[in-house]
Amino acid sequence: MSIKKKKKLTPTQQEYQQFAQEREPKRPILKNCVKAFVVGGIICTFGQVLQMFFIKYFHFSQENAGNPATAVLIILTVLLTGLGVFDHIAQFAGAGTVIPITGFANTIASASIEHRTEGYVLGVGGNMFKLAGPVIVYGVFSAFVVTLVVISFRALGVM
Amino acid sequence: MEKLLWAFIIGGLICVIGQLMLDGLKLTPAHTTSTLVVVGAILGGVGLYEPLVKFAGAGATVPISSFGNSLVKGALKEFESTGPIGVLTGIFQITSGGISAAIIFGFIGALVFKPKG
Amino acid sequence: MLKGHQTWVFETKPTIIASAAIGGPYEAKGPLASDFDLLHGDIRLGQDSYEKAEQKLQEQACETAIKKAKMKKEDVQFLLSGDLINQIVPSSFSARTLSIPFLGLYGACSTSMEGLSLASLLIESKFAKNALVCVSSHNAASEKQYRYPTEYGSQKPPTAQWTVTGSGAALLSDQGEGPKVTASTIGRVIDMGLTDPFNMGAAMAPAAVDTLEAHFRDLDRDPSYYDLIATGDLGRVGHRIAGDLLKKHGLNIPEEILTDCGILIYNEDQPVVMAGGSGCGCCAVTTFGHFLNRMRKKELRKILVVATGALLSPMSFQQKESIPSVAHAVSIEI
Repeated sequence: MSIKKKKKLTPTQQEYQQFAQEREPKRPILKNCVKAFVVGGIICTFGQVLQMFFIKYFHFSQENAGNPATAVLIILTVLLTGLGVFDHIAQFAGAGTVIPITGFANTIASASIEHRTEGYVLGVGGNMFKLAGPVIVYGVFSAFVVTLVVISFRALGVM
Repeated sequence: MEKLLWAFIIGGLICVIGQLMLDGLKLTPAHTTSTLVVVGAILGGVGLYEPLVKFAGAGATVPISSFGNSLVKGALKEFESTGPIGVLTGIFQITSGGISAAIIFGFIGALVFKPKG
Repeated sequence: MLKGHQTWVFETKPTIIASAAIGGPYEAKGPLASDFDLLHGDIRLGQDSYEKAEQKLQEQACETAIKKAKMKKEDVQFLLSGDLINQIVPSSFSARTLSIPFLGLYGACSTSMEGLSLASLLIESKFAKNALVCVSSHNAASEKQYRYPTEYGSQKPPTAQWTVTGSGAALLSDQGEGPKVTASTIGRVIDMGLTDPFNMGAAMAPAAVDTLEAHFRDLDRDPSYYDLIATGDLGRVGHRIAGDLLKKHGLNIPEEILTDCGILIYNEDQPVVMAGGSGCGCCAVTTFGHFLNRMRKKELRKILVVATGALLSPMSFQQKESIPSVAHAVSIEI
């Protein structure tokens, strides 16, 4: 897509973009990856600890222990978002907080909290999925397509 | 103990993939997470995500890619027990808990908190 | 009087008889804190919403400027104001409170100099005796509208800028003492096809350069005429690009006199500031507070302020449009 866009630019524009790019501070990709790895890893490890906790003390099965663990992570994310702390952790961790379920919970919590001033129905209710929408829409649609493909392949004896 | 180590490593690596998409490909968080969900769904469909879950535990179930896998898993399971309509009724079966929790606690958050700016 | 292609020369030299700068918590921690008339510790200013807080910032800036001139609201013929929020609501609602005949403006972050130019034109043409310019921005209100909810955890890149929470007002008159507006160059919209809303500096630099070239060409003036040439909010990234682009175009502006309000308003080590300050309020508070104070102390005699604005909307960006920019330059002399 970016190649298509470049074709529509005039030579002056292309030249300037090159000029500007050379003078732009580069994103610290390596440093960001390390931070994402560590924070993302910690969140997942914490999730694992929660799962083990729920299996041992609340008699959840291996299969179902993910649910209460996810719920705890979501509640903690809403709390940290509301206290104004989550965005600072996220600035540091980048994908480390975006990719785990904490990212999803934060999109819902931050949008709900932000749009309170527009009322609970249109503001909170109407904007809650502003940022989480794409994940749900594309998740469901792709799952639908994948499921149909899998079912067809199985019926044809391929899988 | 080993389970914790692999949860850390695999979870961390999936986040690194996300970081490369954010910084390298300059995608927005919405584009990045949507892509990973679709990837999770595809891997779930071909049967590659479940082994990852068995191996890495929360390292595979906490990242958003697991959402895609769970959607496919739910749809297939319901298809097998109730036929074609199961594809639609089963999609949210497994993920229902996570989505409900996010909505409920997100709303409670809006009742309790004010944005800090 | 029109000089050259796009520059106005004000022969009667409209005078800025009073000015005011109001700021928020982040600006209070910056190096220009002492040039503000009022600094708020609460980003919401005790209001229900960020938008109402921005309205309050404008009201306070206007009222402070009028008071400093020892005038009453009734003495001001026109209010020219603008901001970044949809339908310039903070400005309109503030105008409702102030009850001064209102001309709402939108030039994104270039609005301060757009307003100053038009107000000077009103005074010069004798269509007003006193005109008030007021421009504001609010960090949380802008983030909510242009980018993401303020508590959303996205990682800002090093090219991102921090919108100033502040409002600057300048009261112009056909008589009185103070720094005078001598000329104004109105800019064209320049679009270099940039699309990253987290890198406004690179998008706006070409517009600043284009307007600067037009200014010096129209007036047949050399940059050394000025003690200071300040862009509105190019930030560290845009400032560097503009500096190099000017050299490339053969316009020699000595490095000591070329600066940027976005760089001056915050300390480099203030967290989340990244490349510097931005927003209408950035140029307004720096110019109407810091620069005018220095001029009143005779530390600066002739300055050129080039406010730059990025003319995108949240929707234009989603519709894959690029980011066009405009810059207006105003020369102020004592």
